[in-house]
Amino acid sequence: MSSPKKLSGADIFFEALREEGVEKIFGYPGGATIKIYEKLYDIDFLEHVLTRHEQGATHAADGYARVSGKPGVVLVTSGPGATNTVTGIANAYMDSIPLVVFTGQVPSHLIGNDAFQEADIVGITRPITKHNFLVRDVKELAATIKKAFYIASTGRPGPVLVDLPKDVINDECEYEYPKEIHIRGYKPTYKGHHNQIKKAADIIRKAKRPLLYVGGGVVMADAAKELTEFARNNNLPVTSTLMGLGAFPATDPLFLGMLGMHGTYYANQAVNHCDVLVALGARFDDRVTGKVDTFAKDAYKIHVDIDPTAIDKNVLVDLPIVGDVKRVLTDLIKELADKPKEKEWWDQIAIWEEECPLEYKRPDNQLRTQYVIEKISEKTNGEAIIVSDVGQHQMWIAQYYKFNHPRSHLSSGGLGTMGYSIPASVGAAFAVKDRPVVSISGDGGFQMNMQELITAVAYNLPIKFFIMNNCFLGMVRQWQELFHDEKYSFTDLCDSNPIFTKIGTALGIESLSTHLPEEVDALLDKAFEINDRPVLIEFKVAKEDLVFPMVPSGASISDMIVKRLNPKRML
Amino acid sequence: MKHTITVLVENTFGAFDRVATMFSAKGFNIQSISIGETEINEISRMTIVTYGDEQIIDQVVKQLNRLIDTVKVVDLTGQAMTERELALITVSFQKGTMEEIKNITDIFRGKIVDINNKSMMLEITGPPEKINAAVNVLMPYGIKEMARSGTVALKRGEQLKQRKDFIK
Repeated sequence: MSSPKKLSGADIFFEALREEGVEKIFGYPGGATIKIYEKLYDIDFLEHVLTRHEQGATHAADGYARVSGKPGVVLVTSGPGATNTVTGIANAYMDSIPLVVFTGQVPSHLIGNDAFQEADIVGITRPITKHNFLVRDVKELAATIKKAFYIASTGRPGPVLVDLPKDVINDECEYEYPKEIHIRGYKPTYKGHHNQIKKAADIIRKAKRPLLYVGGGVVMADAAKELTEFARNNNLPVTSTLMGLGAFPATDPLFLGMLGMHGTYYANQAVNHCDVLVALGARFDDRVTGKVDTFAKDAYKIHVDIDPTAIDKNVLVDLPIVGDVKRVLTDLIKELADKPKEKEWWDQIAIWEEECPLEYKRPDNQLRTQYVIEKISEKTNGEAIIVSDVGQHQMWIAQYYKFNHPRSHLSSGGLGTMGYSIPASVGAAFAVKDRPVVSISGDGGFQMNMQELITAVAYNLPIKFFIMNNCFLGMVRQWQELFHDEKYSFTDLCDSNPIFTKIGTALGIESLSTHLPEEVDALLDKAFEINDRPVLIEFKVAKEDLVFPMVPSGASISDMIVKRLNPKRML
Repeated sequence: MKHTITVLVENTFGAFDRVATMFSAKGFNIQSISIGETEINEISRMTIVTYGDEQIIDQVVKQLNRLIDTVKVVDLTGQAMTERELALITVSFQKGTMEEIKNITDIFRGKIVDINNKSMMLEITGPPEKINAAVNVLMPYGIKEMARSGTVALKRGEQLKQRKDFIK
C-alpha cells in the first residue's frame, strides 16, 4: 500500500472543504491567510465571495446558512480580520445558525508576543461560539476541520471557530480525511422519549384550549412540513416567535401570527388563556414571555427542544421532550391524528381577533412602512426571501409579511444586530436563484453595513434593497416616547442622513425614492422586474409611527398597549 | 444550597477556561474549583463547589454537559461521597502560644510543616467544614497567610463498570 500523500496545511484546508461539500466561502484576505489565498487562486470547486468587511462576510455566511440549511463558511485573516467577525459570530450563536469561521493567526512561536495583527480570537469568541479550536499542529488540521463542521451543523447548530496559525498553514504532513469522528463529550439526542411523546399526545388530545408555540428550531430542523401536518390534522392554533415565522404558512386560518412583545393581541390572549401550551423549538425568550410568572400561567406546558439547557431555563415546564423537533413531530403525528376542532376555543379566538385586529391608519396621505410591507407581501405572494434589519420595520415585517415557506424570513432575532440585513441578503442571494431576495432596512441600520452594497454590485446580485426611511432610530424613539418622557436623545437622524439614492447611484445601483403611497405599486413593480442586478428604493415613511400592539419590557402580556397613549401625538 | 459537582473534561487546551467562562457568562456562583489529573491520561477532573436553588443547579449541570469538552458531569450532593480539602496555614506565635497551636494542630490531625521563630506553617486536610473549624480556632493567634486547595470529591463505592461507558 502506498503511503498517503504529503500536503501543506493550505492544501489540506481545501481538501477538507471539498470533502465537506462546501460551495461558497465568504472572506477577506490578509497577511496570515495569504498562503491559503495563494492556493485559492487555482481552486475551482468552490466560489470565494469577497465582501468589503469581515463583519459583512460573517453575516453573509449566516444569511447563506439560513437559506440553504448548510453551514456558512468564513475565511478571514488574524487580528482585526478576526475581531471584525465577532458581532457576526455572536449573532449566529444567539440564533443557532451553523457557521464555520476560519481565522488566520500569527505563527505559533509568536502567539502571546503581541505580534503584528495578533488577537486571542479563541479567547475572545469562547462565550459566543458553540465550540472553537486553535490548531497547534498541521497533523491535527484535517480532523479539526471535520469536527468543526460536525459540531456546527448537528444538535442545536451554532458557530464554530477554527484559528489557523501561519506555520500550521505552511507546514506539511501526510493527509487523510477522517471518515468519521467521535467526540465523547458531544452526543446530541435526536429521538424523543417514547413515553413522553405518548403522554404529550394524550394531553393534547384532551386539551380544550390547546396552542402550539413554534420557534426557530422548527425552521432549523426542517420540520415545517411535519408541523403543518400535525396542526392541520388536529385543528390546533399556531403562534410563532420571530424566528419561527415561515415554519407554518401565515395564510393558513390556523395561524394566529407572532406572539410576544409585538405579537398580535389574539395570539397573546390565546397564550394567556390556553390550557395546554406546546412549545416546539422555542426557548421562552424574554421578548416572548414578558413577565415570566404570568406567562401561560394556568397552562400545562409541553416543551420540545434539542438542547436540554433550553428546558426549564426561563419557564418551568410540565413535560419536557429532548429531541429533534422533526423526529418528535413525526412521532406525534403517529400518536395523534384526528382531534376535532375545539369550537368554543376557536370562537373565543375569533372574538379576540375581532376586538383587536392588526391594523394601522389607512387610507392615509402619509406613506407607512406597514403599507409598503403589505404591498411587498402581495406582490411576491409570500414567496420572497425577506432579509430584515433591526427595529420597527423588523416588527412590521413580522406582522404584515405573509410568509409561506420556512428559510424565507432572515432576521437577527436574538442579538438584534443593526446592519444585519444588507450583508445577510448578499449571502442569501448566493443560496437561492429562483426567488427574489429583498433586503429591508431602516435608515439607521442601512448605514451600519452599507459597504456590502458594493459586494452586491460586484457579483450582480439581484437584491432589492429597500430603505424604510423615517429619519429616526424608530424603535428607540418609540421607547423614548412611551417610557422616557419624550426625550428624543440622539435618535433624530433627519439633519445628518445622507441622500440614499445618491449613495446607490455612486455605487452603480439604480436608485429610486418616494414619499407617496400611490407610487409604491409602480416602484415595487419596477424593482421586481430587475433580475440581473441590485436595485435600491428609499421609502420616505411617517416619522413618528409606533409599532403596536406592544407589551412593555418586563410587563405581563395582559398589560399590552394597543394604541398610542398620548392622544396629542395621534397621527 | 451548596452543591459539589464533579466534572470530567478532556485535557485539552482551554477546557478549564471554557468551564470558568461559562460560569461567569451565565452568572453562576463558584465557591471553589479545583482541577487535576485522573487515572486516564487525556481526562482531567474538576470539582466545583457552587450554590443556588434547584433550578439554577439544574442549569449549571446542563450547561456543563453542553460544553463539548466535558465528558461526564455528576452532582454528588446528597450521594455517598468523600470530600477533602487541603489547607496550608501560617500562624504567628509568641512565647506560650506555641504549645497551644501545636495542640490545636494535633486535634485537627494536622502537621507542622515549617517553623521559624515567629510563625509556623500548618498542613490540615479534611472536609471543608473541618478546615473552616480549624481556621476559626486559629484566627485569634493571627493567621499570616493561608492557601486552600478547594474541594476534591469522589463518589463512594462507585461501580467500576460505569467508568467504561464514557471512555468509549
